[in-house]
Amino acid sequence: MGIKGSLFLLLGISLGYSLLIIVRKYSGFLSGIPLGKEFKPPHIRYDSRLLYALTLILLLVLPLIVGDYYIDVFILAGIYIILALGLNVVIGFSGLLNLGFAAFYAIGAYTCGLLTTKAGLGFWSSLPMSVFIATVSGLILAFPALRLRGDYLAIVTLGAGEIVRLTLNNWDSLTGGPNGISGIPSPFVFGFELSKLSHYYYPVLFFVLFTIFIVRRLYYSRTGRAWLALREDEVAAEAMGINTTKYKFLAFSFGAFWAGLAGALFAGKMRFISPESFTFMESVFIACMVILGGIGSIPGVILGALILVILPEVLREFQLYRMLALGIGLVLMMVFRPQGLWRRG
Amino acid sequence: MFLQQIVIGFTVGGVYALIALGYTMVYSILELINFAHGEVYMIGAYLGIIFLGIFTAIGLTEQSLPLALLLTFILSVFFCSAYGFTIEKLAYKPLRWAPRLSPLISAIGVSIFLQNYVMLTQGATDKVFPHILELAKIEFFGVTMTTLQIFIIATSLLLMMVLHLYVMKTKTGKAMRAVAQDRIMASLLGINIDRIISVTFIIGSGLAAVAGLMVAMYYGLVNYYIGYIAGIKAFTAAVLGGIGSIPGAILGGFILGIIESLAAGYLSGEYKDAYAFIILIIILLIRPRGLLGKATP
Repeated sequence: MGIKGSLFLLLGISLGYSLLIIVRKYSGFLSGIPLGKEFKPPHIRYDSRLLYALTLILLLVLPLIVGDYYIDVFILAGIYIILALGLNVVIGFSGLLNLGFAAFYAIGAYTCGLLTTKAGLGFWSSLPMSVFIATVSGLILAFPALRLRGDYLAIVTLGAGEIVRLTLNNWDSLTGGPNGISGIPSPFVFGFELSKLSHYYYPVLFFVLFTIFIVRRLYYSRTGRAWLALREDEVAAEAMGINTTKYKFLAFSFGAFWAGLAGALFAGKMRFISPESFTFMESVFIACMVILGGIGSIPGVILGALILVILPEVLREFQLYRMLALGIGLVLMMVFRPQGLWRRG
Repeated sequence: MFLQQIVIGFTVGGVYALIALGYTMVYSILELINFAHGEVYMIGAYLGIIFLGIFTAIGLTEQSLPLALLLTFILSVFFCSAYGFTIEKLAYKPLRWAPRLSPLISAIGVSIFLQNYVMLTQGATDKVFPHILELAKIEFFGVTMTTLQIFIIATSLLLMMVLHLYVMKTKTGKAMRAVAQDRIMASLLGINIDRIISVTFIIGSGLAAVAGLMVAMYYGLVNYYIGYIAGIKAFTAAVLGGIGSIPGAILGGFILGIIESLAAGYLSGEYKDAYAFIILIIILLIRPRGLLGKATP
């Protein structure tokens, strides 16, 4: 049974599962029990589990339907979803504007690149190291950042991001300078090389789902509520017994955690990295995803990342105007729809 | 070597100080880091090239170079002030009572827009500033200074003095200080806040235009991304001196210029742009209110 065969099996299982959900959901309806409250609470307008199941199936079979170009775009979108969700923890949940997020992304990518090319480690053993080192750098940046308010914080994170980029650009002996690192090997899974894009798609998809799951769980946890309190009113949060310092540290390192993961995935996909990919504009681009979709909202941020990755691909002929439109878009968003696209006012 | 680097640092520092004044004035009144300010400076440099090109085409530079230069300065300042005024009205004024992050994000949006707008209309390659000035070299105490360096230092000092007098002695200046202290109270006392904010943006953008023009003359090259790095450095200068304080911005500009040029000369030129960021982080860590800034309650 080849890959196509096993995928077909997977498709069947998912279809069966969603069918099960439908039957379970509407069995009461079918057997004549009147539609009670538990079937349609006023705020849920559709069966979300079914929608999720169908989306998942679609995502799983995607490489069979569409060509490599689309898969390439989807992998990129997946990496950006991870990044945007990570930044959303910092900006959206805890209200700390981080304009140097690409630095952690870069640290993740370079750790992976250096460990695989210079230390001879495999991709999967470098990945946790990337995540670990990015998280630690998040903690380090949190030290100066903790004492600062909104806009000062933004400028310090921006400065830190630029320092990282300039270091990568100038430390020729380690990072290869402006030429970057090339020849990063593709990851192996059970001795099977994920060299094709359509193969690499699956680990990325897995990590995207993993990120969504963890971030969502965290959002509704005690920690998540503490972050929200911190965002809304730092003084009041502290008065309520929330250790603001601890939660700021947590937010910074947790955001950097995902950036490290995304960085490693990026390195594994491109197999070549250079400081070019981690400029200030990249940080702004990720921040735009968070802002566009809706600061703090998880589906909103995913939507924002998808829009900002896919839209430029669709509008290829207007590529020159991409950043121009992004700039205008930011201003218009702030003036007319500061809550983002997803949430209602 | 040491004195030579000091001279370079002083020249660059004067330019930083001029840009920093715009940041510090806007910050003291709106508590907003005007990210688009560096872009206005960059537009000033481009406008200089454009107007000098026009004057060369109509033959004015050959007839009277000082007149052509003066007109270039006046026109660039005028157009940049118009840019500053418009930016404030379109991107910041609707957000005056919004949460603090909103105008900051809007400012980043304006900055991205202006950068790409200039890139699309003026091209992505370096533009060369017309070589019109005959640079005489003056030597004293073993230091060579070009007339251009003297011109830059003198112009920045002069403008700083004028600005200081304007803020301290005129009625508008007094109103600006009042708005900076307490916006609501100032409006209750009959000060037209919108007007004061517009004036602040106009003055700041005008100073940035002068800085942009002088840098274009000094380095001879202009690109669409020069505004970003210069803006960050000028902001560092403003923070170094104490944001909100005009003498602080001037002091910070000169100190930053000198530190940077000494570090580039003696340590490593490759990391030249990183020094400003390192200084910024250190300052914010050990003395967030800057050298001359007031302690925030």
